[in-house]
Amino acid sequence: MREITLSQAVNEAIAEEMRRDPTVFLMGEDVAEAGTPFKVLSGLVEEFGTDRVLDTPISEPGFVGLAVGAAMTGARPIVDLMFGDFIYLVMDQLCNQAAKQHYMSGGKLTVPMVLRTNMGATRRSAAQHSQSLQALVAHIPGLKVAMPSSAYEAKGLMKTAIRDNNPVVIFEDKLMYQDKAPVPEEEFLIPLGEAHVKRAGDDITLIATSSMVQVAEKAAEMLASDGISAEVIDPRTIVPLDEATLLASVKKTSRAIVIDEGHQSYGVTAEIASRLNERAFYHLDAPVLRMGAMDVPVPFSPALEDITVPTPEGVAGNARKLCAGEMIDAA
Amino acid sequence: MAKTKTNTEDYLRMYRQMVRIRTFEDNANQLYLSAKMPGLTHMYSGEEAVAVGICEALTDDDRITSTHRGHGHCVAKGAEFKEMFCELLGKEEGYCRGKGGSMHIADQSHGNLGANAIVGGSMGIATGSALRAKLQGNDDVTVCFFGDGATAQGLMYEVMNMAALWKLPVIYACENNGYSEYTKTDEIAAGSITARAEAFGIEAHQIDGQDVLAVNALTRKLVDRARKGEGPFFIELMTYRYHGHHVGDINREYYRSKDEERDWKDNRDPIVRFRAYLVEEGIASEDEIEAMNAEIETDAREAVAYAEAARYPDVSEVDMHVYAD
Repeated sequence: MREITLSQAVNEAIAEEMRRDPTVFLMGEDVAEAGTPFKVLSGLVEEFGTDRVLDTPISEPGFVGLAVGAAMTGARPIVDLMFGDFIYLVMDQLCNQAAKQHYMSGGKLTVPMVLRTNMGATRRSAAQHSQSLQALVAHIPGLKVAMPSSAYEAKGLMKTAIRDNNPVVIFEDKLMYQDKAPVPEEEFLIPLGEAHVKRAGDDITLIATSSMVQVAEKAAEMLASDGISAEVIDPRTIVPLDEATLLASVKKTSRAIVIDEGHQSYGVTAEIASRLNERAFYHLDAPVLRMGAMDVPVPFSPALEDITVPTPEGVAGNARKLCAGEMIDAA
Repeated sequence: MAKTKTNTEDYLRMYRQMVRIRTFEDNANQLYLSAKMPGLTHMYSGEEAVAVGICEALTDDDRITSTHRGHGHCVAKGAEFKEMFCELLGKEEGYCRGKGGSMHIADQSHGNLGANAIVGGSMGIATGSALRAKLQGNDDVTVCFFGDGATAQGLMYEVMNMAALWKLPVIYACENNGYSEYTKTDEIAAGSITARAEAFGIEAHQIDGQDVLAVNALTRKLVDRARKGEGPFFIELMTYRYHGHHVGDINREYYRSKDEERDWKDNRDPIVRFRAYLVEEGIASEDEIEAMNAEIETDAREAVAYAEAARYPDVSEVDMHVYAD
């Protein structure tokens, strides 16, 4: 199968859906000729024109608000939010407006829009361009949240998100745009709410999102050489969450570590760990462990930044302790 | 002055719609005062000529976005009393199955995209609706209602900039009732409100919001031009709310005088003014007007009684409509 980058996968998904459905359009800062600073959207304005690929002013609440209104009246906008850190700027439009219209109207209004943005530290971009803020929006009923872990997921989830009748927020790890993966040429969709077992194992379950899937897979390799068999699961969407697949795995292995690049406190890892504790407690041989980013603003210095995020060595180390029945020191 | 048949019908409908709003609000206020309505609400009484003058220039295909003070817009855009009172009381037959309440009534069948409890919160939605119209080649126009208080929100300037850049068919209707909640507008708004729109190259008008015919005539012209791609436009409508910021805001003397309230009611009431005009011009007799008022009063009373007796939604609905299929 051919291999393409995550960036190409996103681009293909959007182009295919724009060809398929004339109500789909794209808007955001520097999305047209510039194709975004990451060049993810290059070429789209040449094919679809400036009517369907709209460069906006640097007005995040404004253009997200426009997308909500366009979605409520018959269009399917894809909004590009250049950095995930800017999500704080659009919280009212996303969480008070987009997320609640369907419910507040008793099901009459719908907001079929996609907000694609990014996450991920270790790019030396410091505290306001490095955050992984998926937990903030996953907390809000009415929003769906996807976190692709490779080019394959990026394409399949994006296409499904565009066709979904709800606001869907997609977090792409900005360090993965050039990572290649096998992606079929023929059309495919990935349902929202369907986890993927990336690697089967018996002793411990590593539940990881986005680029943390790579971290978990590397950790699983290290553990294999120690004779520990780790199962790696990518939930692919954190809302909706495929609880059944996670529970089945944890009931089988009896141990779990949940890894996500958002801050550890009150985060995605806490939510998933809590659900496993509530629903699989009597199958567990060890506490479910959370591994998120440190609870500090992301520092600039490489010497500091690199130690704020989970690493394969850190995951493998904790997994060995859990499998040996040792307690882990609190983070 | 000779009146065509069409004008007569239009005028009587405008009068009727203004009285329907006032009557709706009087009944809603009674529901609050008698503790029959959960929560609270914001009365539109006094501002009827704004909603009616504007909405009578629109079709059902044209959209509006509304505010926390939204009953007037909802009635003016064509909503029914029964479904509105049911919504105010949280009943299953309400426009939003009781899930929205006073501050979130939406009536999609008449193009009302909904009231909004965030001040200025619907400005993006209105402008986005206009963007959709332009992108899809539709000729509908969207009117964004908001108050003077919302002019302090940054969102307004972001979306007006885009509306002007892209010549979107949206009309920003600023209902300036003189008060931003409990504070005089003069204390929260520097300079001129219309000049803010003009800074983006948006044609802006200031108009007497108590004169329904003037509001309607101006809006008709602007709607026609917006349909032809000449938008956006901005209208500042000078008006007054008779009640407090919300129904519980009873003692208001620390921010506005009773004399001032009396002056607006006695000398500038939009319904009294228009009624006098209709009689003077021979469009309707006092008896005909009294009969119309009585009929509306009966309609409202029956709708209230219906809503009071109506069912609450089943508890199984609590987690319905979080996500669309």
